[in-house]
Amino acid sequence: MASESSYYVPEQSRLPIFATIGLFLTAFGAANWINGGSSYIFFIGALAMAGVLWFWFAAVIRENMAGLNSDQLKRSYVWGMGWFIFSEVMFFAAFFGALYYIRTFALPWLGGEGDRGESNMLWQGFENTWPLMVTPDAAVHGDAAKVVGPNDIIDPWHLPLLNTVILLTSSVTVHIAHVFLKKGKRNAFNLWLGLTVLLGALFLFFQVEEYYEAYVHLGLTLESGIYGTTFFMLTGFHGAHVTLGTIMLLIMLLRSVIAHHFKPDDHFGFEASSWYWHFVDVVWVGLFIFVYVLGS
Amino acid sequence: MAHGPKPGFSRWLYTTNHKDIGSMYLWFSFAMFLLGGCMALVIRAELFEPGLQIVQPEFFNQMTTMHGLIMVFGAVMPAFVGLANWMIPMMIGAPDMALPRMNNWSFWILPFAFAMLASTLFMDGGAPNFGWTFYAPLSTEYAPPSTTFFIFSIHIMGASSIMGAINIIATILNMRAPGMTLMKMPLFVWTWLITAYLLIAVMPVLAGVVTMMLMDIHFGTSFFSAAGGGDPVLFQHVFWFFGHPEVYIMILPAFGIVSAIIPTFARKPLFGYSSMVYATASIAFLSFIVWAHHMFTVGMPIAGELFFMYATMLIAVPTGVKVFNWVTTMFRGSMTFETPMLFAIAFVILFTIGGFSGLMLAIAPADFQYHDTYFVVAHFHYVLVPGAIFSITAGVYYWLPKWTGNMYNETMGKVHFWLAFVGLNVTFFPMHFVGLAGMPRRIPDYALQFADFNQIASVGAFLFGAAQIVFLFNVVRTVMGGKKATDEVWDDPEGLEWTVASPAPYHTFSTPPAVR
Amino acid sequence: MLKGFDRLFALLATSLPAYSAFAEVEGAERWGVNMTQGVTEVSRTTYDLHMLIFWICVAIGVVVFGVMFYSMWRHRKSKGYRAAQFHESTAVELVWTIIPTLILVLMAIPATKTLYDIYDTGEADLDIMVTGYQWKWKYDYLGTDVSFFSNLSTPRSQVDNQLPKGENYLLEVDEPVVVPVGKKIRFLFTANDVIHAWWVPDLAVKKDAIPGFINDAWTRIDEPGIYRGQCAELCGKDHGFMPIVVKAVPEQEYDAWLNERAAQAAKMRELTEKTFDFDELFAMGEKVYNRNCAACHQPNGQGVPGTFPAIAGSQVATGPLDKHLNMVVNGSSKNPAMQAFGPQLSEVDIAAVITYQRNAFGNEMGDTVQPVDILNFKNKQ
Repeated sequence: MASESSYYVPEQSRLPIFATIGLFLTAFGAANWINGGSSYIFFIGALAMAGVLWFWFAAVIRENMAGLNSDQLKRSYVWGMGWFIFSEVMFFAAFFGALYYIRTFALPWLGGEGDRGESNMLWQGFENTWPLMVTPDAAVHGDAAKVVGPNDIIDPWHLPLLNTVILLTSSVTVHIAHVFLKKGKRNAFNLWLGLTVLLGALFLFFQVEEYYEAYVHLGLTLESGIYGTTFFMLTGFHGAHVTLGTIMLLIMLLRSVIAHHFKPDDHFGFEASSWYWHFVDVVWVGLFIFVYVLGS
Repeated sequence: MAHGPKPGFSRWLYTTNHKDIGSMYLWFSFAMFLLGGCMALVIRAELFEPGLQIVQPEFFNQMTTMHGLIMVFGAVMPAFVGLANWMIPMMIGAPDMALPRMNNWSFWILPFAFAMLASTLFMDGGAPNFGWTFYAPLSTEYAPPSTTFFIFSIHIMGASSIMGAINIIATILNMRAPGMTLMKMPLFVWTWLITAYLLIAVMPVLAGVVTMMLMDIHFGTSFFSAAGGGDPVLFQHVFWFFGHPEVYIMILPAFGIVSAIIPTFARKPLFGYSSMVYATASIAFLSFIVWAHHMFTVGMPIAGELFFMYATMLIAVPTGVKVFNWVTTMFRGSMTFETPMLFAIAFVILFTIGGFSGLMLAIAPADFQYHDTYFVVAHFHYVLVPGAIFSITAGVYYWLPKWTGNMYNETMGKVHFWLAFVGLNVTFFPMHFVGLAGMPRRIPDYALQFADFNQIASVGAFLFGAAQIVFLFNVVRTVMGGKKATDEVWDDPEGLEWTVASPAPYHTFSTPPAVR
Repeated sequence: MLKGFDRLFALLATSLPAYSAFAEVEGAERWGVNMTQGVTEVSRTTYDLHMLIFWICVAIGVVVFGVMFYSMWRHRKSKGYRAAQFHESTAVELVWTIIPTLILVLMAIPATKTLYDIYDTGEADLDIMVTGYQWKWKYDYLGTDVSFFSNLSTPRSQVDNQLPKGENYLLEVDEPVVVPVGKKIRFLFTANDVIHAWWVPDLAVKKDAIPGFINDAWTRIDEPGIYRGQCAELCGKDHGFMPIVVKAVPEQEYDAWLNERAAQAAKMRELTEKTFDFDELFAMGEKVYNRNCAACHQPNGQGVPGTFPAIAGSQVATGPLDKHLNMVVNGSSKNPAMQAFGPQLSEVDIAAVITYQRNAFGNEMGDTVQPVDILNFKNKQ
């Protein structure tokens, strides 16, 4: 049935319009909530979105098992996932770029170095250091400052190093799972995939602990100047992606354990999730180097 | 697969057909074009003479902001996606887009996103009023509360664009009929492939920058505030890293359309096909390394200033190659001047004029005098209105008989063209003058020496607006009926789309055609 | 908005007679189509560069459009012209890649030289710090006590079309920035709130004024005169209403002016000690209000509903004095549009405007605030 000449074009589908409504309610609800309104719309939207995704993926899985999906169609999914990950890379690039700009240009200028060093006239007493423990505001206004720096920062060689080991290991375990899947060894696959999910959850646990430490003991918050800003935005968006990746892998695990999905030669759902996992892993390596190690 | 469309409105809500979705994109973009156009007319009416007559400055700023946002994200981009939906599968011999359901999702997000954006006009404190480039901190610390809604509407329209772009890449790379090698693809397909890459690369950066805004406004971060160690100029760097490729997103598909139309009406193959492909790719590459030419006055170090000046000047080379190729295609052809060809020729002339002013703007020291004046307004309207809008219009007239099976009214088409052509030049040409004479952009009121040309520009704007009514009428009439079009429509045009019946059947190329 | 459209049609119907309201304005400036040559060496170099590129573009345009119009005229089907079928030539493509590149190099050379010149801000004779505020400019003559704000002086009634517009409509200020001719002047630009851009075409100086950072630029003006410009970066509601006026005068005149301003500044410090009576304060306060507050809170104190709060009957202006002082001196903590006027206005002006606000627009607090109260309030924090 699957041949080049019969690309499966689904008949009409209600999924997209419901997905639209879900996405719209989520976005509108988030804006409304952040602006001080109620959070109901956001949660209704997010729930609707999750429901639609459930049914959408179920439909795709059903079609695939019914043999409707040609190799050509599967290549479309491969292209789709690949370029989606690339778009995520560019999203992180914006934040890494911001960090680079701040450290290479903005802070030296504020501290009186380089082409726009005159700027220091406005922030007399401010010195360019990284991590930025004393913000320009604090350097000028002392106790009256609105934006003060952190008391201390996260030591890269404790929790972050542990998390690096955890995440790197999880990339290996998900790869091993993949190898077993291709050999048709379902139990081993389930075991290694389950291990990966556990490592993902462990990473998130330590990340939460690190944030707790930062907020409660170190005075390192989103509001503690540009160091806290870049630190939390980069690690926070990464954490959100790890959460999503863990959920994706967990669903793959459940599909395998409960529904016995995936064949040795046909398991793109899992493969896409594992690519995503490798991607968040690579981002973490970048974070560990540029945010933690070079940032301390 | 051999079914026709479902009856009733659910056809449009649930459709997975690239032609249905293409039509919806095009109608949506036309609606946005009229809405954004009305806002432009409010602006031009206020600027008809010095003094404040019709609107107050707060509302004026909301109009300039919404006009820009709606035209860029609501009119031009969806129109090109609509044309891509209609034409790319037919041009490469594919049965549909690669991911048809996602295609529908990409479309339907847009009306919702723009409803959210437009609703900000009715919120407390008014709509966003900081220009379509939304520079911080005017767009953060000093912004109206509706900015949060603006940010989330940008997020979801960005999601729509990324999904649309992924779909187009997957379609082009994966769905070509056997024998349709990359270097046999029509230029419209090529330009869209490259545009889709640009979209995937930069829409996430836009999402990033609006996220930074959101965090600065509501969560106390310091991205754009020097007090915490940030920099307002950081906003501009990230924004224009998105923004410059974005302007090419709005022009590359236009190159593709014009490269289809000129050979047809010159009855001569396109000159320099492969150089056109390479030129498009070069322009796309350069678009990533020229962003700071929008920021020559922010006080960059001179090394940066020089780098961005030189890189920007280089863009003139591949763009010049394209113009020369089009002119050479016409040279010693056997030309006729139907409406699509008129719009295409106007495109070449007026876009080139916009290119010249672009070259002038690239020269950093001269840009210190041009920057943020009406000269810039004239420049980007010369590349966007004749560039994007005229090429879309040309494309619609060119393919409308294929879509509907009916010929449009040629006389009315020509009336539309001449009204639009005259209206456009009367509106935007004088802006070069007032800009050079010293009129800043985005002001609701101006000094007396700018009055004469502003008055002329305002008259031109209403003329240009009126021309679009003729367009709407002509298209609706053609959809309803009219002289039947042949399958080829034109005189021996090039391309697979002309090998299917007119109107194109609901499903085309369910089995791939043979490509020579 | 609907009301706006009604007015639009009415306006279009009566456009030509309305036009005469400013038609008397004379000037060679009307119908101006080109960049000014300006009054500095840099502005003239910039002009020459501009014209050079312009003529190069014209020349290219003539060739390209010439070929195009020629073939549109000659090579048409209606004249029976049969199409040739050539469609490729690597040699030709190379030629029209290389020649434009060479032309660009030719353009880049003078552009680079001019840019280096513009960036050479060293060894200036005098430094002026220019700070952009919503929506006015502040000038500090560094190394002296001279510092003042420069506001639009076109009356609101001209903007609202109640009075005929003057010659320098929207390009006139209460206090021009005075500079000497023949001296190298270095400007340092910054901003207090959002990004502004300081632009005077005749000097060919345009630079963004960015909050928290300082940019610089320089000029040396050849001839005395008054040179007008405007803010060139969208900075909010009254972006179109914050002009710049540079008054270039001979050096002696400049020195005299500077001394006089320095003396005034000293006198202002003395005034802070003085006790004023209510009427004096009220009268001064009205002027200060109209210059600094009326743009948002409106001349009648009614504000703009939903955007700018009213002064008339407001909790701040009819409540405890401390809160009112705090609002004016430190600005609003919730709404950044309400700036901190403490650093912008003198103690006398603040005392006057607070007295005015508490007793105008139907507010009847009856209290009088003295400059020394403001000074004490400022010192307390």
